[in-house]
Amino acid sequence: MDNVDTSQIIAATLDTLRVTLIASAFAYLIAIPLGIALVVTRRGGIYQNRFINILLGTYVNITRSIPFLLLAIFVIPVTRFFIGTALGSTAMIVPLVIAAVPFIARLVENALLQLDKGLIEAAKSMGASRLKIIYKLYLPECLPAIILTAGVSVVSILSFFAMAGILGGGGLGQLAIDFGWARFNNAVLFLCIAILVILTQLIQGTVFLLNKLLDRR
Amino acid sequence: MNDNIITVENLTKDFRDTRVLDNISFEIKRGEIFGIIGPSGAGKSTLIRCLNMLERPTSGKIVFNDVDIVPLRERHLAKIRQQIGMIFQSFNLLAQRNVLRNVHFPLEVARNKTLETKTRALELLNLVGLSDKVREYPRTLSGGQKQRVAIARAVVNNPAVLLCDEPTSALDEKCTDEVLNLLRDINEKFNLTIIIITHEMSVIEKICNRVATIENGKIIEIRGVKQNG
Repeated sequence: MDNVDTSQIIAATLDTLRVTLIASAFAYLIAIPLGIALVVTRRGGIYQNRFINILLGTYVNITRSIPFLLLAIFVIPVTRFFIGTALGSTAMIVPLVIAAVPFIARLVENALLQLDKGLIEAAKSMGASRLKIIYKLYLPECLPAIILTAGVSVVSILSFFAMAGILGGGGLGQLAIDFGWARFNNAVLFLCIAILVILTQLIQGTVFLLNKLLDRR
Repeated sequence: MNDNIITVENLTKDFRDTRVLDNISFEIKRGEIFGIIGPSGAGKSTLIRCLNMLERPTSGKIVFNDVDIVPLRERHLAKIRQQIGMIFQSFNLLAQRNVLRNVHFPLEVARNKTLETKTRALELLNLVGLSDKVREYPRTLSGGQKQRVAIARAVVNNPAVLLCDEPTSALDEKCTDEVLNLLRDINEKFNLTIIIITHEMSVIEKICNRVATIENGKIIEIRGVKQNG
């Protein structure tokens, strides 16, 4: 393939994996408490609070409805503040996390809502405090379901990041755009797509495996 | 301490416009097995949930060991609830914990540091005849075994009362007998007071000392039961 060598492709692949995994980790770190908050403040939840629930729900809905590329442009000042630049793969971690958090929070919320109400009642009947219900009941019982959400969310982050190539975000996305698109190098374009397909399979496969290993139901 | 472990006085519970429990009064004697029977929708489930305040009564008193628990705050209620075990129709075991850790769960909740908790949990599993299932997960157990794990879990904190909400309704005849015999053993061994909600007369006849009949949110009769089991 003229003007691209293998090492560039390998570097871009590793970079894509690195950014995807780091962004996913940060996103989950924020999204899990947010997902918990969405569940417990609901009507009938253990910390029922209409005001906070509506507030969090509105934030999640608004952020989720902004297309990723527009959001990434919109938060450039935030990115500059944290990373020092808005260009390159590392800088993309910031918009990726901002975009993924509300989305993952909804997935985590759904995972937690699967918990049988009877179990919450049973825990209450034992005199469990609300905090203990969260970290001894909700989280461990729903962990396999939460892990399952990573199949959807990490793959989304991967594809968001590929999209960010158009903003100078680095990784496979930028390689595909700079060489495959701008310089009509169809081989590079095809290769980048193929690698993304393989990465997606790997992520989904790992998630299914983890879920299977952990779920005792 | 008087003879009555629980005294319910003028208990009323409304859900929006519907009166589910209507001015109910009765006493539970220390060490007895007390049955509450009635058709579905009569208010049995709500009544038993009021006894440990999973449901808040609209009005009335629930006196447990001489303390009216209705006005208590959550923190204090949690302490009281550790003295009142409960089992359910659907068992409510934690699917991601094995049998031993299910029975261990209330000890973690109560942060009971005074006793060797794992030994205590094993002791209870031995009592319910499941010492060979310690490492199994609930998924692999039969209904009767699940309810026995639930019973071990409910009494592991050494409660004074055990509330049973339709404990055998999801079980076949053999498992029902297994569970009822276990409840009677525990009642005799620990002098544990048991309150049992059911819609099956056979359950009452097998293990209850007294029975209250509830219909449309009212107790229409309380009588002694002749044992024939």
